[in-house]
Amino acid sequence: MGNFGAILQKELKSYLVSPIAYVVGAVFLLVSGFFFRNMVMQFNMYCMTYIQQAQRYGGQLPQLNLNEIVVNGFFGLMSFISLFIVPLLTMRLIAEEKKTGTIELLMTSPVSNVQTILGKFVSCFLLYTIIVGLTGFLMLILEVYGNPDWGPILSAYGGVLLMGGAFVAVGVFASSLTENQIVAAVLSFAALLIFWVIGWSANFAGPTMGKVLTYLSLIEHIGDFQKGIIDTKDVIFYLSFMFFSLFLTLTVMESRRWRK
Amino acid sequence: MIEVDHITKYYGQTPAVQDVSFRVEKGEILGFLGPNGAGKTTTMRMLTCYLPPSEGTARVAGYDVFEDSMEVRRRIGYLPEHPPLYPDMTVASYLTFVSKIKGVDSKKQKNAVDSAAERCGLADRRDTIIGKLSKGYRQRVGLAQALVHDPEVLILDEPTIGLDPRQIIEVRELIKSLAGEHTVILSTHILSEASMTCERVVIINRGKIVAMDTPENLTARLMGSERIYVQVQGPADVVTAKLREVPNVVDVVPEPGGNGVRGFFVDGKEKHDIRAELASAIVGNGFGLLEMRPVGMSLEEIFLQLTEEEGN
Repeated sequence: MGNFGAILQKELKSYLVSPIAYVVGAVFLLVSGFFFRNMVMQFNMYCMTYIQQAQRYGGQLPQLNLNEIVVNGFFGLMSFISLFIVPLLTMRLIAEEKKTGTIELLMTSPVSNVQTILGKFVSCFLLYTIIVGLTGFLMLILEVYGNPDWGPILSAYGGVLLMGGAFVAVGVFASSLTENQIVAAVLSFAALLIFWVIGWSANFAGPTMGKVLTYLSLIEHIGDFQKGIIDTKDVIFYLSFMFFSLFLTLTVMESRRWRK
Repeated sequence: MIEVDHITKYYGQTPAVQDVSFRVEKGEILGFLGPNGAGKTTTMRMLTCYLPPSEGTARVAGYDVFEDSMEVRRRIGYLPEHPPLYPDMTVASYLTFVSKIKGVDSKKQKNAVDSAAERCGLADRRDTIIGKLSKGYRQRVGLAQALVHDPEVLILDEPTIGLDPRQIIEVRELIKSLAGEHTVILSTHILSEASMTCERVVIINRGKIVAMDTPENLTARLMGSERIYVQVQGPADVVTAKLREVPNVVDVVPEPGGNGVRGFFVDGKEKHDIRAELASAIVGNGFGLLEMRPVGMSLEEIFLQLTEEEGN
């Protein structure tokens, strides 16, 4: 595992010294912060309206659920923004090594492709976790001024991270296909977008095919996490998505050895 | 130490390397010489497990490059044509990273990095970001990277490219100092470099080996005639005519230009020393003899001759 650690450390360092991680992280937080503020304002407006109605016409105040309006919306949005930012984080992982020729160092060192791929995957996943984790401040704001339910929040974070892991794995695979970073980003974005909306076409497919397409959809499996339900079926879906993408990456990397 | 047995590499339908075989003994420095595109890099890539050979086998330190790739990789240091550097790392952190993935024991890493940096003249650049180094220094970092784990076999693809003359001499000295303990294969298209640093030279052209011998033997083998350069004071046409009369002289070619003093290339018959007769003929005819020296056929000429023969 020493080689895995060495690759992981190198990739993390390289994220920390390159502007891309900071820019992407800042943009992610800016956009999600902007939406968060608007969602909170919206919630606030609902509260005011109901209070006014109660004062004018009397009667009970309806129970407004902070989780349902702010938290669910926020996590749905965060997964959507991830669709755009993860390809930007993953695009350089393998493509850059190919472009600059440093892949030749890795491939002629006693490092297995599995170690290289895992090191790169985990480093990007950690970075993604950090960026997503920073939104925890917004949840703390909710805690200060309201009474959110922390169970669903934590499970929603788990869901976003699992989905992010699947995104990163697809990005690693796209990055292994080309030596051009832009091409890698476009490929992974396209692949993620298709898997995002693939459930839509289930409406027009047969009953069996429809089920398959729905199952493959990346968003179909995130909803339960936001409600505080951790279903092994969903966890396994994301894990197998990661595994399959990384396995494809390995196949691409190994193929050069068989291409006589 | 290195046994290459009839390896061939195709890129699609085009063969880049065809049926190449050679051996390198332990501690030897082998020069790989050829014009650009001759197949030097491809051969080296096959030896370093970067590319699989299409046909044939190669063994490094007794391990097959395809079957026991990891064992081979542990034992080689490789400097590719373009040094594989991460521009955002410092020299020291880059060398530490390489020592880690090459499997240097964590306790010995610091020593390994220090001594590699020292050997390649990078001691004062340890904390510089690689992206800010000049081309010459980058090449040295590439070399340090190949040396850091003290490998048994070093494979260097054009190690002196991009260096200034003084650095070239330093690197050649460094490579020579590695012989004995390390087995070295280096490629170059600079012929004098091969004759200066290598014990044996393989000349490769269009993917095939055209000659393989020591630089001295190669020179001797191809020296068809004895050529002597003389500088003579006197009218050119008269001198040429007189020199042609000297016994065993085959041809006389005057150098162009020169007022009264002119150089002449005199070709003698094979294995005949014509110097004494030449000198007395010049002096006896009343010309001034200013300079006389034998002209060996340089490796450049051998190289051109061999690659042209192959072409025809």
